[in-house]
Amino acid sequence: MPKSKLTSIEDFKKLLKDDMTIMIGGFMTDGTPEQLIDAVLESGVKNLTLINNDGGYPERGIGKLISNGQVKTLIASHVGLNPTVAKLMNAGALELILVPQGTLAEQIRAKGAGLGGVLTPTGLGTLVQEGKQVIEVDGKKYILEKPMKADLAIVEATYADTFGNGVNIGTTRNFNPLMALAADVVVMGTYEVREPGKVDPSSVTIHGVLVDYLVEIVEA
Amino acid sequence: MDAKQIIAKRVALELKDGQLVNLGIGLPTMVADYLPEGIEVVLQSENGMIGMGHLVDGEHNRNFTNAGGHSVSILPYAACFDSAFSFSLIRGGHVDCTVLGTLEVDQHGNIANYMIPGKMVPGMGGAMDLVTGSKKVIVVTTHTDKNGNSKIIKQCKLPLTGVECCDLIVTELAVMEVTPKGLKLLEIADNTTVEEVIAKTEASLILADTIGKFSTN
Repeated sequence: MPKSKLTSIEDFKKLLKDDMTIMIGGFMTDGTPEQLIDAVLESGVKNLTLINNDGGYPERGIGKLISNGQVKTLIASHVGLNPTVAKLMNAGALELILVPQGTLAEQIRAKGAGLGGVLTPTGLGTLVQEGKQVIEVDGKKYILEKPMKADLAIVEATYADTFGNGVNIGTTRNFNPLMALAADVVVMGTYEVREPGKVDPSSVTIHGVLVDYLVEIVEA
Repeated sequence: MDAKQIIAKRVALELKDGQLVNLGIGLPTMVADYLPEGIEVVLQSENGMIGMGHLVDGEHNRNFTNAGGHSVSILPYAACFDSAFSFSLIRGGHVDCTVLGTLEVDQHGNIANYMIPGKMVPGMGGAMDLVTGSKKVIVVTTHTDKNGNSKIIKQCKLPLTGVECCDLIVTELAVMEVTPKGLKLLEIADNTTVEEVIAKTEASLILADTIGKFSTN
């Protein structure tokens, strides 16, 4: 039986460093392990590059870290529900890199799958295309989007076994399984820890083989 | 009905039974409320679900949400998936129709709805993928802005979300189809005239042989 990956929040904090690139799962904070965000907040690490679908809300999800001035660069597809992002950006205190949502998913997937990039028609003729290679395949044009990686991924599973096999209920899955493949170190927060054998292998959405640390959290 | 309701009701007539449809947040979401009797569509939500039901008020249920982060009900045939699969559906041409709001739309079918440089940068979210991959792209907007300026213009000035990607534009006054020859006026609201629509439209309009009328009640 592989060793349990269960880790305390205090030990999770020891993984955090200034200047890290961190992928954080979740979509408008649903599927984001809020207690682990709180731990990043308490750790005080700064100059972070965050990769998330969106900007969360000023007081919830990754938005908290942005509000607290810990984020140097945010890579996201949509930040319209967090006015703090625009405020900090206009003040020159935050760099925002907007990526179409499907492209963001594929860039992360490409890294996790060992691909050199993906060819997508999304963004052709828009600002997204600027500075990127356009490649023609069978008469159709595509933008070459490169793989995206991170030092750390913080993901969520609704429940998981101690090996790290996690299950996401409903729409909390979003970017979580993709990010678990694309980071050097993967920390998974989960609301219910089960013994191995108590998670149906066919239901697993985040695979334990990718998870380095498992933290039991409560809904915050 | 107000302008939004008129638009939602008219767009609903474009959807066919059994289609896989993605409705944007806001006005486009209202389209589902006006589907004619006997027409049922399968709603896709880009955060990872097909078979989305209605918005659910009250306590937030984080397990089932729409792309705006609002709790939703799910239908018996619902299925959930990750973001890569969700956008495979969208980009891969599996979504029959998408309905999106906009800041600007022009007679070439260009759409600009994700940023106003220096002012507002909400981001494109899933919109760039939706306008690229959906079989039919319907853009909804009020015909004029609050200062009376036409929202249907000759050439978008804001950064584009998509190039020549829109198929149909529906406002509270008109239904216009983007054709290779230009923007064709297909229908007008039953409370306006062709002259009024032309006067309130910056884009050049080609008049259909027969211009139909749609209901504002």
